[in-house]
Amino acid sequence: MTSVSLGWMDYAIMLIYVGAVLGIGQALRKYMKSSNDFFLSGRSIPAWVTGLAFISANLGALELVGMAASGAKYGMMTCHFYWIGAILAMTFLAVFMMPFYYGSKARSVPEYLNMRFDGRVRCLNSITFAVMTVFASGISMNALAKLLHSLLGWNYHMSLWICSGVVLLYVLKGGLTSAIYTEVLQFFMIVLGFSPVVYLGLKDVGGWSALKEKLAWVAQNPASIGVGDKPFLADAWTGAWSPMLRGASANPMGVDIFAMVFGLGFVLAFGYWCTNFLVVQRAMAAKDMSAARRTPLIGAIPKMLIPALVILPGMIAAGLAFSGKDGYRLPPRPIAESAYEKIVPAVRHAAAAGLTGEAAVQEVAKAAGVKMMPTKVDEIVKAAPTLNDADIKSRVQNAVVENDYDGVILSLIKRYCPTGLLGLALTALLASFMSGMAGNVTAFNTIWTYDLYQAYIGKNKGDSHYMWMGRVATVAGILISIACAYFAAMYNNAMDVIQLVFGFVNAPLFATFLLGMFWKRITATGAFIGLLLGTATSGVFHALTLATGNAPGVKGGYLGVVQYFPSEMAQNFWLASFAFLTCLVLTTVISLATKQNRTDEELTGLVYSLTPKIQSAHEPWHLRPGVIAVILLVVCLGLNIIFF
Amino acid sequence: MSLDICWPIGIMFSLVGAMLAVFGLVTRASEEMYKRSLDININLWWGLALLVFGGFMLFNAWKNSKKVK
Repeated sequence: MTSVSLGWMDYAIMLIYVGAVLGIGQALRKYMKSSNDFFLSGRSIPAWVTGLAFISANLGALELVGMAASGAKYGMMTCHFYWIGAILAMTFLAVFMMPFYYGSKARSVPEYLNMRFDGRVRCLNSITFAVMTVFASGISMNALAKLLHSLLGWNYHMSLWICSGVVLLYVLKGGLTSAIYTEVLQFFMIVLGFSPVVYLGLKDVGGWSALKEKLAWVAQNPASIGVGDKPFLADAWTGAWSPMLRGASANPMGVDIFAMVFGLGFVLAFGYWCTNFLVVQRAMAAKDMSAARRTPLIGAIPKMLIPALVILPGMIAAGLAFSGKDGYRLPPRPIAESAYEKIVPAVRHAAAAGLTGEAAVQEVAKAAGVKMMPTKVDEIVKAAPTLNDADIKSRVQNAVVENDYDGVILSLIKRYCPTGLLGLALTALLASFMSGMAGNVTAFNTIWTYDLYQAYIGKNKGDSHYMWMGRVATVAGILISIACAYFAAMYNNAMDVIQLVFGFVNAPLFATFLLGMFWKRITATGAFIGLLLGTATSGVFHALTLATGNAPGVKGGYLGVVQYFPSEMAQNFWLASFAFLTCLVLTTVISLATKQNRTDEELTGLVYSLTPKIQSAHEPWHLRPGVIAVILLVVCLGLNIIFF
Repeated sequence: MSLDICWPIGIMFSLVGAMLAVFGLVTRASEEMYKRSLDININLWWGLALLVFGGFMLFNAWKNSKKVK
């Protein structure tokens, strides 16, 4: 990655942001009087704030980077992560599930499980969740420190510890409220920091219709920009549904309609948005039931439109790379620094020996260990006598065929932002890394204090003791995150493994909640064993399947390959579907075979059929969750039709 | 209700917006610098936009604080 140099103006903007988040922490400090204030913001936050924090907690930096990458690689179909993969689940959470979460006065999602089932289910869920949050924040901090190192030349360790230190300071002072407020700040930073970049990119490429034309060429000739070998029909990068309807082999994502709608849209989306404490905690902090139910609905409005900020840049990059305007290409996969020691002599040797064409390319590519573009290598070798080592390095890097999709968003920021705007866009990225860590840490300290410490270790202590424990857990959570960041930095595929485990845990979870909330016959034993075996099913499914093109190992298939999928994404979606169905069936069967020890009175407020319906008829129509949900779904349907 | 979030958002974006706009004015002659942003003085225009947004947030915060009293 080529570095950029920042002006004083850019640094000033970054410092103002850091000052703002620390100031928020300082100002909130005097309101942190009880553990309820620290962990739940005293349930006092207005709906628009929790609503923006709700989606902002999910809009981490890795998400920003990853969505632009997918936009370039798969085009318009990536939008399903925002539309079918979120909106339905968010409206379901608001209309049907929030009354139980908020109404039961549970302080966390595992605590609800304890009320509905028993301590075993709570324990299983809280431990897996606590481990996941610290790993998630570790991975993202590692990515941040690496980015600051390669882009700005800052020291990796310094970047990691300073950014974590800032997060620690403001979370310690303001608890969940600090995290929520900085998430809202981050939301505006991202919207206001990225929109000028998208505007300039779209203008540069010639507007939306010109972009569509270029992407039609990309679809028919993906090899021209290195995004694949197999040509597709013209609408593969610009249609959200039409390429998918022709089957998994007709779209770059390699996903069929069942995997997309059932796997992503139902199992994964509902599993994430309806049960993940990281996002649900935001709604629990709302000031009353009505605000809690409106939280996901308010979040859904920007959620539908965010693709324009995070996926469109990827599509613009693909279009620009195709026209090759001003020599733009998708950023090449970086060559390891150590490889240059072999590459530079190889180029010099090829030049001295007068090698041309195929022979020269082979010599250089062998030294680099990656596929190179023949014409570019030829040019380098011809020009080598007049080039110094640094020039050779950068030109060889540019000749690598493979793309580094994760660099797409930065390549656009670098291309369009003069000093000043550059500071704003980079601060937006920095903000999303830091608030991602804050979100994970506040979820971690709550789960640890209420669901593990208070439940098993220090029962019946005073409130100030738990508040103290929350602060200790915040420090511990940050330190463990830093350890996880180093772990992720050490092992190249640590991230793949961790994301895999997230998938295993997330997939069956929604079955447990769905059955538990809507069927009073479901027993604790049924829920516990169903969830455990559902998670195990994910593991076995993964061990027996593989995406075409991957080697057995961390990507699956290490126990023998029973089934091949056209892509990793299809493998994931099918895995989720299997784990969900296993959990659903097992939980039902075991529940029917075991005795329900909870009486109907005990389950009141926890199960749909035993809970009085919330009357919202007295509220004006625009505040009724059901009405807003229907409007949102219609708008979402409209977007899907426009970009069909 | 504790701290109104409109205050920090308003203050931060007004400050950043004002700085960007002034910076854009000072550097408006630099064609080299704004070649990247397609010959648009993006710092000036976007700085003004941020200033408007920040001002709107501050106005809201001021209105809310009056309502509470």
